[in-house]
Amino acid sequence: MVELIVFLVAGAICLGGAVGVIVNRNPVHAALSLVATLFGIAVLFIAQEAHFLAAVQVIVYAGAIVILFLFVLMLLGVDRAEDLTVEPIRGQRLGAAIVGIAALALTLIAFASTSGEATGARPQAGAPNEIAEGVADIEQIGESLFTDHLFAFEITSVLLVIAIVGAVMLSRRVRRDELVEDPLVEAHRAELEARAARAAEGAEDSPAAAHDEEVQA
Amino acid sequence: MLAVAEVTPAWYLVLGSLIFTIGAVGLLVRRNPLVMFMCVELMLNAVTLTFVTFSRMLRDVHGMTTVVFVLVVAAAEVVVGLGIIVALLRKQPTATADDLTVLKG
Repeated sequence: MVELIVFLVAGAICLGGAVGVIVNRNPVHAALSLVATLFGIAVLFIAQEAHFLAAVQVIVYAGAIVILFLFVLMLLGVDRAEDLTVEPIRGQRLGAAIVGIAALALTLIAFASTSGEATGARPQAGAPNEIAEGVADIEQIGESLFTDHLFAFEITSVLLVIAIVGAVMLSRRVRRDELVEDPLVEAHRAELEARAARAAEGAEDSPAAAHDEEVQA
Repeated sequence: MLAVAEVTPAWYLVLGSLIFTIGAVGLLVRRNPLVMFMCVELMLNAVTLTFVTFSRMLRDVHGMTTVVFVLVVAAAEVVVGLGIIVALLRKQPTATADDLTVLKG
């Protein structure tokens, strides 16, 4: 009974948020609807005894990804409402609706045709990766992550480094032609060149250089 | 008296496919690149819900481990995607998905 109520409430929040993402004209409201969906899915994770994933879902998705969306929206000032009444490409909405109904029908028929088993796979008792009763899910995920999936785990760290480098490269504001035109940067560069020239002169007159010349002579 | 139905894993799978479909339709219909990105997040979340459901159904922990990887890839994807969107919107603040060619070298 409790699971039924939890499922119905969380499912309604998920679906309402998902519909809100695509029908809200203002992107900020769409982002807030997305938060509702993400929280609903976190609740469904808890209902399925995936407590660690529920916590990660809230921290990573609601706490980091949506905040990133809102930062971009507000820092760039693109949070104005969009006109949804015009259809940019003729027949786009109709085509999208057909694709959506087809995808939904495909998955639902797949579920229905296997009488609730969905893939036809059955739980295997005694398998090495079986979820044990009474052991915290974080413990089992950790063990699986650092034994069976160790190589994939290391590769994800490489992926994250690549993503950071890519983001820094993409969002770089300063362009080379702007640098030349900036008087402050120009003055700084002139000063640096003068200092380098002075250093070169000083090196020629320095005792060490004189000593070298004597040795050569 | 309301008949008490039991929540089977199939309910979660149907909910996941509904959310996935809504995300896919939104991706096709909306023209704002940021909202399109949110729709991709919706689709990813529907898939993670399906993974967790199967993990519980088959009593196999690998489903949950895969969700961790999906989260990492989603985070990396958001960082790079938002970088591209920021570069696009800085060049043309009214840009839609049709204007991505303004980023051309």
